Amino acid sequence: MRFSGFRVFAEAIKGHTGWRSLWRNPDPKPAYDYVIVGGGGHGLSTAYYLARTFRQSRIAVLEKGWLGSGNVGRNTTIIRSNYLLAGNEPFYEFSMKLWEGLEQELNFNAMVSQRGIINLFHTDAQRDAFRRRGNAMMLAGADGRLLSREELRAMVPFLNYNNARFPVKGGLMQPRAGTARHDGVAWGYARGADSHGVDLIQNCEVKGFRVDREKVRGVETSRGYIAAEKVGVAVAGSSGRVMAMAGMRLPIETHVLQAFVTEGLKPTIPGVITFGAGHFYISQSDKGGLVFGGDIDGYNSYAQRGNLPVVEGVAENGIAMMPMIGRARLLRMWGGLVDMSMDGSPIIDRTHIDGLYFNGGWCYGGFKATPASGYAFAHLLATGSPHETARAYRFDRFARGYVIDERGAGAQPNLH
Amino acid sequence: MLIPHPLLGLRDAQEFTYLGDARLIDRPDPTAPDAEAAFCDYVFLRDNQAGAHRELWFHEQGDRSWLVVTRDTVTHEVLCAELARDVALSRARCSK
Amino acid sequence: MTRLAGGLINRSQSLNFTFDGRRYQGHPGDTLASALLANGVRLVGRSFKYHRPRGVLSAGSEEPNALVELRTGARQEPNTRATVVELFEGLEARSQNRWPSLGFDALAINDLLSPFFTAGFYYKTFMWPKGLWEKLYEPAIRKAAGLGRLSMEADPDTYDKGFLHCDLLVIGGGAAGLAAALTAARSGARAILADEDFRLGGRLLCELETLDGAPATDWIAALETEFDSLPNLRVMRRTTVFGIYDHGIYGAVERVSDHLAQPGARVRQTLWRITAKRAVLAAGATERPIAFADNDRPGIMLAGAMRAYANRWAACPSETVAVFTNNDDGHRTARDLASKGVHIAAVIDARPKATALADYRVITGGMVTASRGRLGLKSIEVHANGRSEWIECGALGVSGGWNPNVHLASHNCGRPIWNDVLQAFLPGEDGPSGVLPAGAAAGHFSTAKTLRSGAAAALRALNVLGIAAALPSLPRSEESRYGVAPIFHVPGRKRAWVDFQNDVTMKDIKLAHAENMRAVEHLKRYTTLGMATDQGKTANVTGLAVMAELTGKTIPETGTTIFRPPYTPVALSVLGGGDAGPHFRPRRLTPTHHWAKAQGAVFVEAGQWMRAQYYPRPGETHWRQSVDREARAVRSAVGLCDVTTLGKVDVQGADAGEFLNRLYSNVMATLKVGRVRYGLMLREDGFAYDDGTCARLAKDHYVVTTTTANAGLVYRNMEFARQCLWPDLDVQIFSTTEAWAQIAVAGPKSRALLARIVGGFDLSNEAFPFMACAELTVCGGLRARLFRISFSGELAYEVAVPARYGHALMERLVEVGADLGVTPYGVEALSVLRIDKGHAAGPELNGQTTAAMVGLGSMVSQKKDSVGAVMSRREGLAGDRRRLVGLRPVDPAGKVVSGSHLFAEDAPQSFDTDQGWVTSACYSPHVGSMIGLGFLENGDERLGEVIVAANPLEGESARLRVVPACFVDPEGERLRD
Repeated sequence: MRFSGFRVFAEAIKGHTGWRSLWRNPDPKPAYDYVIVGGGGHGLSTAYYLARTFRQSRIAVLEKGWLGSGNVGRNTTIIRSNYLLAGNEPFYEFSMKLWEGLEQELNFNAMVSQRGIINLFHTDAQRDAFRRRGNAMMLAGADGRLLSREELRAMVPFLNYNNARFPVKGGLMQPRAGTARHDGVAWGYARGADSHGVDLIQNCEVKGFRVDREKVRGVETSRGYIAAEKVGVAVAGSSGRVMAMAGMRLPIETHVLQAFVTEGLKPTIPGVITFGAGHFYISQSDKGGLVFGGDIDGYNSYAQRGNLPVVEGVAENGIAMMPMIGRARLLRMWGGLVDMSMDGSPIIDRTHIDGLYFNGGWCYGGFKATPASGYAFAHLLATGSPHETARAYRFDRFARGYVIDERGAGAQPNLH
Repeated sequence: MLIPHPLLGLRDAQEFTYLGDARLIDRPDPTAPDAEAAFCDYVFLRDNQAGAHRELWFHEQGDRSWLVVTRDTVTHEVLCAELARDVALSRARCSK
Repeated sequence: MTRLAGGLINRSQSLNFTFDGRRYQGHPGDTLASALLANGVRLVGRSFKYHRPRGVLSAGSEEPNALVELRTGARQEPNTRATVVELFEGLEARSQNRWPSLGFDALAINDLLSPFFTAGFYYKTFMWPKGLWEKLYEPAIRKAAGLGRLSMEADPDTYDKGFLHCDLLVIGGGAAGLAAALTAARSGARAILADEDFRLGGRLLCELETLDGAPATDWIAALETEFDSLPNLRVMRRTTVFGIYDHGIYGAVERVSDHLAQPGARVRQTLWRITAKRAVLAAGATERPIAFADNDRPGIMLAGAMRAYANRWAACPSETVAVFTNNDDGHRTARDLASKGVHIAAVIDARPKATALADYRVITGGMVTASRGRLGLKSIEVHANGRSEWIECGALGVSGGWNPNVHLASHNCGRPIWNDVLQAFLPGEDGPSGVLPAGAAAGHFSTAKTLRSGAAAALRALNVLGIAAALPSLPRSEESRYGVAPIFHVPGRKRAWVDFQNDVTMKDIKLAHAENMRAVEHLKRYTTLGMATDQGKTANVTGLAVMAELTGKTIPETGTTIFRPPYTPVALSVLGGGDAGPHFRPRRLTPTHHWAKAQGAVFVEAGQWMRAQYYPRPGETHWRQSVDREARAVRSAVGLCDVTTLGKVDVQGADAGEFLNRLYSNVMATLKVGRVRYGLMLREDGFAYDDGTCARLAKDHYVVTTTTANAGLVYRNMEFARQCLWPDLDVQIFSTTEAWAQIAVAGPKSRALLARIVGGFDLSNEAFPFMACAELTVCGGLRARLFRISFSGELAYEVAVPARYGHALMERLVEVGADLGVTPYGVEALSVLRIDKGHAAGPELNGQTTAAMVGLGSMVSQKKDSVGAVMSRREGLAGDRRRLVGLRPVDPAGKVVSGSHLFAEDAPQSFDTDQGWVTSACYSPHVGSMIGLGFLENGDERLGEVIVAANPLEGESARLRVVPACFVDPEGERLRD
């Protein structure tokens, strides 16, 4: 069924009797060519591109809970390609280009909104680092602007320009960055994958991998054994637990990241703004809630909830940056499990087990990568070779010394 | 969260700085023939357990003790806390 | 007649307030909602999507409809629930999300267009043409969406943060909570009773029933008197426990002065972090409506709320009311209102059998199937026994049963359990440890049971803690029956609202079902059910029940909803606790800060430190003039700079040398006493992360310095090494950053200057050469440490004295050095001088750098192990051929811009041809042009080459010549002079 304004109009006249399931509820088949573990954003987009772009068939996505129940439905919805390093920036810019055509391709409005992101800086050293980063973005074909304090004030007059502990000196802006409706992205990919014949199987938990002579044969699940030629794991947040079933230790720790939304407000903030004197990022949803976040709680955790000190710290950062949000009320806070990798960058690679592939380690930043991650993972699964923008995301970069450490924080996941 | 400091009693976790898996105490022998591989494992790979996890916390805004805290990463329940120095000494490694 | 007799309001005093500019009067004890109802105001707001006219639905914090913008100016608070706002003199409130007025709202057109605006319609359209989303569709949606407005001004009020500890925290001050608090208070346990209301009693205040034959308020008053006499109980009114966190930590907000026109000298609100060994969750229950056609008109409210307004606030929205219920409790509303003289048009009970509690008409087996009245209810259509009739009434109380307030019990992701008898979720067994549900929150719906369960829960908690306690005698009270039928909605074709604020109707849930959005979370996210400011307190269970019905599953099979903190929305200001503006982070001041300020220094933030950036002199109009002068003074005479912010760590013990050998990549154990060595530290992953000096004051005593930025991190890592890696070494360390003031004395005349304060100490090159250190006295007996080290490349020293003498030392040096041209210099000149000399600093040592990149590869000793040594040999690090170089513009007037990327001349500019970047740049008065440092591929082999520094971000490009990373005295003769 094709969606359009006309279809909505026609259905409204008919009393909405014509809408059909956005996806089927198939039972698992005994065997597939590809089994994707994880029905989140990355798993669904992987399945979609496998079927749509790489013309593969016999594909299943296995999801422990409901589609989109992981981080794709728990993040702060920011999309951007403002990275510094050669291993990252081309990949995220590829993702940004996919975002730009996504809704037309999926025929689903995921509300991709390029309202821009501004990273504030407060010192000359930060400005210089942002200039280096902005230039890297330009070299990768992305867009960027270095804003002076005056230009910034004209765009976002409500920041704390006076009496701030760390005065704002300017910002690095990426005008093409913005936000997308996170659930809409998951549903759009799910509907697209389903329409290309992918079996989306919910409430199906993978309990183990069947491996024979270093070759994966299939997965044991809560709904029985499912054979597979190739298995792709995309379960960021649970990567450690799932890959442990394949006997792997990962360069990843699982941490909890909290996110926050206020009550609905009339338009307050135009795009995405991040604080440079602390860790805080904020945007406003189309519904009117201010959506924001900050640091991870900082300790290993598999509980999808955080603690009060981070809540307080995030609020302090927010008010320090833009004091006018003080009387807005926090409506809801929640936690998501994130794969914090040892260099702050992801992994999309084969494993030592033939036919078993891994996609994870997305740290804070998996949402913006959803299209490119799925595309690159599908590329790897279908062709056996990494996508050109994802070549650096190898497991062995740690052992060989080619880490992609944007923050220069070293092998301590909670600092990335 | 509260951390039961073995010397100071229950302390707010906010007084501490977290490092990670307590296996970081077990620094490999740098002179071993496979030292580079052992260090790669030590520096980069983690068990990342869901469940009881032995981990290092530094009482940065307190008495500067490093602690080994055993905490359930699913429930956040703290099962025990020891001085990391005691744990390290009990390994009976001699570095001199 | 909308103000009734009785109630808990103080009629001897009147309070003036305005709503949408109209003036009204109420009384102390009123909420804004009760005062509006008493003034006959039924229309108070508009819904989110369809802009439907709305009235007060509830009498508490679960309110979805009656949201107002409270106060004016910078104190404007959007989305404030009129039902919990205490009336004060001069209160100003406005309705929101309507234009031009509440009565006539242009966007009510959305209601007519509602056939198009079904659940998730926006996912299916607005995709063409692509460019119009940001330009047209989204701005229109954003403008229409949202509720109230922020003032866009900084919050003028102050906030506080506090910590409390107790044995037992009682959450909720209703019958159960009071009984629990009484039990705890008499046991002597340290207890806290927190209640969100401004008056203790909870639902007891809303009922006419008696305790021990007297009004409940008598018992509450006696209790409050007793509570006042018991110091071990802290009673916190106007305090909402909004979240439960790990290990018995509860977040609570006390609204200290929200009930006043202005906070005055007081804080507005306080954030409390309460650590409690046990808690009794006596949060009560919330009534849910029944969905029927047009069930959202102003005047249609929850039956329990209607009763509360009548009994507690003596307010009733109409003289003629009806009640629609599926349970016994609805009848109590009819009974109480009838007793107050309100005309009960009918009680429609959906159940086949029901008994009237008073003399009113009961329609059993009845359903309300429609309503009329655009801006306020006029009549309802009732269908019963195959017949329909219209009944006139100005208000309808609806009761679909009560949901225990299990919210806090699921903040740890615990799952509530469905109870078929109560047709409601009860707190599950997997709730937060140490939390005991009691009263209505635990499913006890009669006053007698509630009192008993509160006392029993407290007793259980105290027993576990080993605190002896006894059950108090509880007042005689009603053992009312509560039977409820599983009826959540009335079948029909018109829209019936489930989530009022977000305009989620039965049709939307059916659509979600048809489109396979059946998982509870899919339902919620697709329809926005339960995502409004009330978090679905009155909607979630109904939505779930309807989905269960559509799928043919039971409610537990369909799912549960868990609740996230906060229980009710919390202002960001109070979560920040007032640590805003200049108080965002502590300001660390150097010992010479006040001196520098008196000199007119301009300061700059360096982490938490404030450092003098430069010292403008009269006539200097641009910072560069000051900085150039300061830098020249150091190169030609002598300058003074406070470098106290560098981290300083005292390292003592027999194994101190061995310990430092293992931390620094170079050898420190062989350092002679009285000498200093530059040191580089690596992380265990092999990258450089900090540098500094290491001075040996005695055989078993070293003093090391770190960079300002990494002082904390290096010290933490040193403690880690000491305690965790090598606990057998005999070494003690201590951070002395704040103990010593340290002043750099730099320039060719530095020796001459210092000679004037060091008494007889021999400063000659022979006695105290470059990289010497000593303990001595200065200024006639003041204990000091002297290091002959240089960051500027000039003859230079750093002198340290106890921090409290830093200011005096600076004054003395300036005083005695006047004839030498002594000049204080700030961090800006410091930076120029170090770029001149090619010293790596923060921009070079950014955590991504190998020792070899900064030209210190040979410092990583191969003879010994140290942290990071093994990993620094990995191919990616060892093979990194970028090297630190100096950069000079080919055109002497040209610019060097940090952050530019470096390319071979004539090479295409892309990521693939990128050869490095400019790390630092400045104007060097010594060189007479701008200079820079940068990392360049094979840079050490390309000296003399002309390269391009591209800055496409700002549309600039410059030709630079690669030179050695040292622009002044490359042989180092000056510093050894």
